[in-house]
Amino acid sequence: MSYETTDIDNLYRESILDLYHHPLNKKVLADFDVEQREYNPLCGDDVTVRIKFDKRGTVLDIGHQGTGCAISQAAVSLVTDAVRGKGKGEIEKMNESDVYKLLEFEVIYTRRNCATLGLKAIQKALCH
Amino acid sequence: MLDTKKIKKQFPIFKHHKDLVYLDNASTTQTPQVVIDAMNFYYEQRRANIHRGTYQLSGLATQLYEESRDAVADFINAHDTEVIFTSGATHGLNLLAYNLCKNFKVGDNVVLTRMEHHANLVPWIEMSKRYGFEVRFVELTSDYRLLTTDLSIDDHTKIVSFCHISNALGTINPARELISVAKKVGAISIVDAAQSVAHTPIDVKALDCDFLIFSGHKMYGPTGIGALYGKKERLEKLDPFFFGGDMIKEARYDGATWADLPWKFEGGTPNIAGAIGLAAAIRFLTHIGLDQIAAHESMLRAYAIEQLQGIKNLTIIGPSNPLPTFHYQGEDSRCGPIISFVIDGIHPHDIAQILDHRGVAVRAGHHCTMPLMNYLGLDGTVRASFGVYNSKYDIDTLADGLRDAVKKFS
Repeated sequence: MSYETTDIDNLYRESILDLYHHPLNKKVLADFDVEQREYNPLCGDDVTVRIKFDKRGTVLDIGHQGTGCAISQAAVSLVTDAVRGKGKGEIEKMNESDVYKLLEFEVIYTRRNCATLGLKAIQKALCH
Repeated sequence: MLDTKKIKKQFPIFKHHKDLVYLDNASTTQTPQVVIDAMNFYYEQRRANIHRGTYQLSGLATQLYEESRDAVADFINAHDTEVIFTSGATHGLNLLAYNLCKNFKVGDNVVLTRMEHHANLVPWIEMSKRYGFEVRFVELTSDYRLLTTDLSIDDHTKIVSFCHISNALGTINPARELISVAKKVGAISIVDAAQSVAHTPIDVKALDCDFLIFSGHKMYGPTGIGALYGKKERLEKLDPFFFGGDMIKEARYDGATWADLPWKFEGGTPNIAGAIGLAAAIRFLTHIGLDQIAAHESMLRAYAIEQLQGIKNLTIIGPSNPLPTFHYQGEDSRCGPIISFVIDGIHPHDIAQILDHRGVAVRAGHHCTMPLMNYLGLDGTVRASFGVYNSKYDIDTLADGLRDAVKKFS
């Protein structure tokens, strides 16, 4: 086993740390259609998303609240940004690898839940 | 001081992971070769079911299994009929909760502490929902110790159940004091020794507890095995937990009578290799010496605190103790071989990943004490916990990794 498998400097590069310190879309939507909380019991990452759809069912606005590690906060920032303007069908098709594309790295097994927490919350919210 | 280089050589994991700095011993310890060999000996040379066959091999297997029970009993100063093999601490605590609470009613109470592991919390909460009794918690002082001036124990207290050492904080609880207060009101005392059994000598007679439980895998033994100690008179009053083979004296189509202690509680073919491995782990621990282990880990903790205190924005979540000493049975002692901490502005999970990059294995999160973390207003902590193979070098590597994390996040 090598401990060099993760590019730790890419993982914690400045843009990721910037999103951790200043997350995108971290706001409380007063006017929203659906709300969903997701929780990762392993590390305590906690995210609640609120989504407002337009008449055609595409995401008009989205906000998230909660606490978490740098990976989860960066991922939820990027994912909430990516779903804006997308329809429900399109969002439902998104998966783990889309999150890694946004982050520009893959995470090790133990961090998968951190990276995908925001997407899971959004996809569950669509089922309401 | 232990010769950690020599000890480390007895653990095959370090041959396969040469750079591993293993500081997650409170979660599970590594396995020495002697434990693996003992289990292999059973599988290769003694494999048969126990208490059943009339053939010689079954007799030899039974003998190994029962000798393992004797080893556990000797280790904690109990009688062999008072030691039940379980799958681990969680099994032991569930067996007790399901059994002991059956006749509890509204107005009764069970006293726990704020720092219990989920295994010594959730079973009691679930039973309280069924039977209507109250679950009380001994509060913590600002120094993460039990508020012993207000134990909430009264004439309606039926059980007092607590961890000997907190897995999340490292606090050693005043076991003898709690047991004696419980005894005064006629309450049953239960000690969760999962975090103490490999780190300090345990004597159930000196403690005078009614029950004591622990897991094998936190004491250099295999996973899936543990033990429940109970005073004979207490165990005799308890009903079996699992019904089936090996726990029966006589079975009819309309009922059954139970085997004698301790087999009444060991329904089904048990984890035979696990029990044998646990006994080997006990021999391993005894050979090094529990007092020597306690002194070594105490020294490591003191050194770690010294190193960690110099790290920017780091706060230790546990008793403040400039001179941690580990006295017999936990009385007057300061802290176990566990350090929990947070660094302002860096999530515990991120710290753990940066440490992992250097081969340092620590636990990050709530440590199965979610209510405690909420009580303390924390998302979680990073936890470093020590064992017999750890050295000052491991602490230095941990401290270097933490400085790296602080630098990355600044």
